[in-house]
Amino acid sequence: MTSADVARTGTVDWRSAQMQARIRKRYAKERRFRFLGLGALVFAAGFLLFLLTTIVSDGIGGFQRAEVPLDIEYSATTLGLDPAQMSGDGADYAINRADFRSLVNAAAEAQLGTSEMISEGAWLDVRDRLRGDPSLLGSRERVWVVAAPEVDLLAKGQISFDVPAQRRAVSQEMINQYVVLNDRGDVQLSLNTGFLTKADSTSSELAGIWGALLGSLLTMAITLALSFPIGVMTAVYLEEYAPRNRFTDMIEVSINNLAAVPSIIFGLLGLSVFLNTFGMPRSAPVVGGVTLALMTLPVIVIASRVSLQSVPPSIRDAALGIGASRLQVILHHILPVALPGILTGTIIGLSRALGETAPLLLIGMRAFVSDVPGGVTDPATALPVQIFLWSDEVGRGFVEKTSAAIMVLLAVLLSMNGVAIYLRNKFERRW
Amino acid sequence: MATQVTEAAAEEAHVREQTLVHDEIAFANDAKMTARDVDVFYGEKKAVDSVSIDVDSHYVTAFIGPSGCGKSTFLRCFNRMNDTIDIARVQGRIELDGEDIYDPRMDVVQLRARVGMVFQKPNPFPKSIYENIAYGPRIHGLASNKADMDGIVEASLTRAGLWNEVKDRLDDSGTALSGGQQQRLCIARAIAVDPEVILMDEPCSALDPIATAKIEELIEELKGRFAIVIVTHNMQQAARISQRTAFFHLGNLVEYGDTETIFTNPRADRTRDYITGRFG
Repeated sequence: MTSADVARTGTVDWRSAQMQARIRKRYAKERRFRFLGLGALVFAAGFLLFLLTTIVSDGIGGFQRAEVPLDIEYSATTLGLDPAQMSGDGADYAINRADFRSLVNAAAEAQLGTSEMISEGAWLDVRDRLRGDPSLLGSRERVWVVAAPEVDLLAKGQISFDVPAQRRAVSQEMINQYVVLNDRGDVQLSLNTGFLTKADSTSSELAGIWGALLGSLLTMAITLALSFPIGVMTAVYLEEYAPRNRFTDMIEVSINNLAAVPSIIFGLLGLSVFLNTFGMPRSAPVVGGVTLALMTLPVIVIASRVSLQSVPPSIRDAALGIGASRLQVILHHILPVALPGILTGTIIGLSRALGETAPLLLIGMRAFVSDVPGGVTDPATALPVQIFLWSDEVGRGFVEKTSAAIMVLLAVLLSMNGVAIYLRNKFERRW
Repeated sequence: MATQVTEAAAEEAHVREQTLVHDEIAFANDAKMTARDVDVFYGEKKAVDSVSIDVDSHYVTAFIGPSGCGKSTFLRCFNRMNDTIDIARVQGRIELDGEDIYDPRMDVVQLRARVGMVFQKPNPFPKSIYENIAYGPRIHGLASNKADMDGIVEASLTRAGLWNEVKDRLDDSGTALSGGQQQRLCIARAIAVDPEVILMDEPCSALDPIATAKIEELIEELKGRFAIVIVTHNMQQAARISQRTAFFHLGNLVEYGDTETIFTNPRADRTRDYITGRFG
């Protein structure tokens, strides 16, 4: 200690005005910093909340549909059905050929005065009822059938009466008929079961999301089956076996770059390689899955490597120290500890793939598919593509369908994240 | 003045080259492990310089020396743990019962079962206490059935003085134990595969004095059954528990002899300076 140091001892006045000012300034800075953070959080949360409320308020109607009652007489003669045909192998064929459309339209004209009040596809439900219970043939029952899209809009109060009549989406005649029906209590809003069980349609009141949802699920299954094992094995090899040299450095850089490649490039790759060179089926989930797997692979490799690196080296030492082989060290000790991180990374990659539209457009998954896909090689569409397609439709009824589809997509994403959190907590080991 | 400095330097260089080995232990033929002219390089840097030593089955051998003197690095040559470090390179010859352990025909997995290791920081597996002990015997196929395995687990924990403390919670995680218990668990894990040699790399440096005392007691009890080599920073510890002491400095083995002699009557100046606390 020098004499200068000795002289300094006790000369600092910690209570002086300057010191107090300095302390106040320090506290003020802390507070400002904290408020900045809080402000950022509130801002972000506000946006999210706004987005969610808009989507939910727009989309909730998509899960409902307007229905009107019709007394249907399943007349064997009108339908051209022979009761003897109604059992056995020929039943389906006979029912498919029967003219339900005329039957239902006639019933509507007789009871409602016009067939314009019911959906063009209203007869489909009637047909399905008879298919489900052939004994109905010849009997009479009251069926709530899907109403026309205009009735749907009126019932949900989406037609504004403030605008001039000629600018409304629904004619005055239609409105008058609706008012009559509604006063009789013959319009009801009920759960739109078709939305969750059917595929796309040109009529908004008949369009369903199930086809797209199943298409997405099939695509994700292919993506997961390909990218998870390949990604994890790549990461394990790079972390545990590969020597550090220029070649592996190059691979590492390439993987990092690949993760940053715009997704549409992967779509072009899928188009030229899988469709044109390998001749795989167009618009099929299998091609979508393979293409998205290529896109997800680098994400999984990077997440897995980070997770493997974060395993404490002491665990490796401990296992090697009692004579575990390299494979045993990896399988018994490294991977179990790294698994939560690997799974989280995988789910993040899959969530991104689930929301991906661009590459799927290029490989033809934007086609209009009105059937629910039966397998990975059947033509299908995917949730984000379906949203994209519906947002482009002119029919007013598709506006709420678009939002409802977004809600379905978000629900799938949330449940995937839920699975990720569950798996992470399940496999996480306390230290 | 200048000549004196060079002379002193030359003398020091000369002293460095030679290892003082006390007569009573001079390279006995029945040593468990022998090292001859072992060099270890980390890349270009020589961390251990031409060390020759014999480790006897019946004693605890302590490696002492200041930080960075190469004692831990040298210890890790005995079970080839340096293999896991990419840039480390070992030259020279190390034998276990007369077999060259760096021979390409030597199976490193078996070697590490025969030469167990306890690390500086307690490192139990993040699994149950039972599983921590059972893992080694299982991968080496040492237990033929569940009862056999239970016996091994109990015997190992008993020998490590941990059985009474954990017998009611064998399914708890090994990482939930206290630091000292964790280290004894690691020792139990090492002896569960019935090794011939146990290497301990500063096993008490992360522990409090009471836990340290327990480990030292344990080492005392294990002595004779296993050849024990312990690296320690703590000279009192070396004096308390070991019968042989090797003093390392700057990658050289300076002096190797009976612990009592090393601590009371060291022959090399550097040993004396270190023991008396003049450096280190």
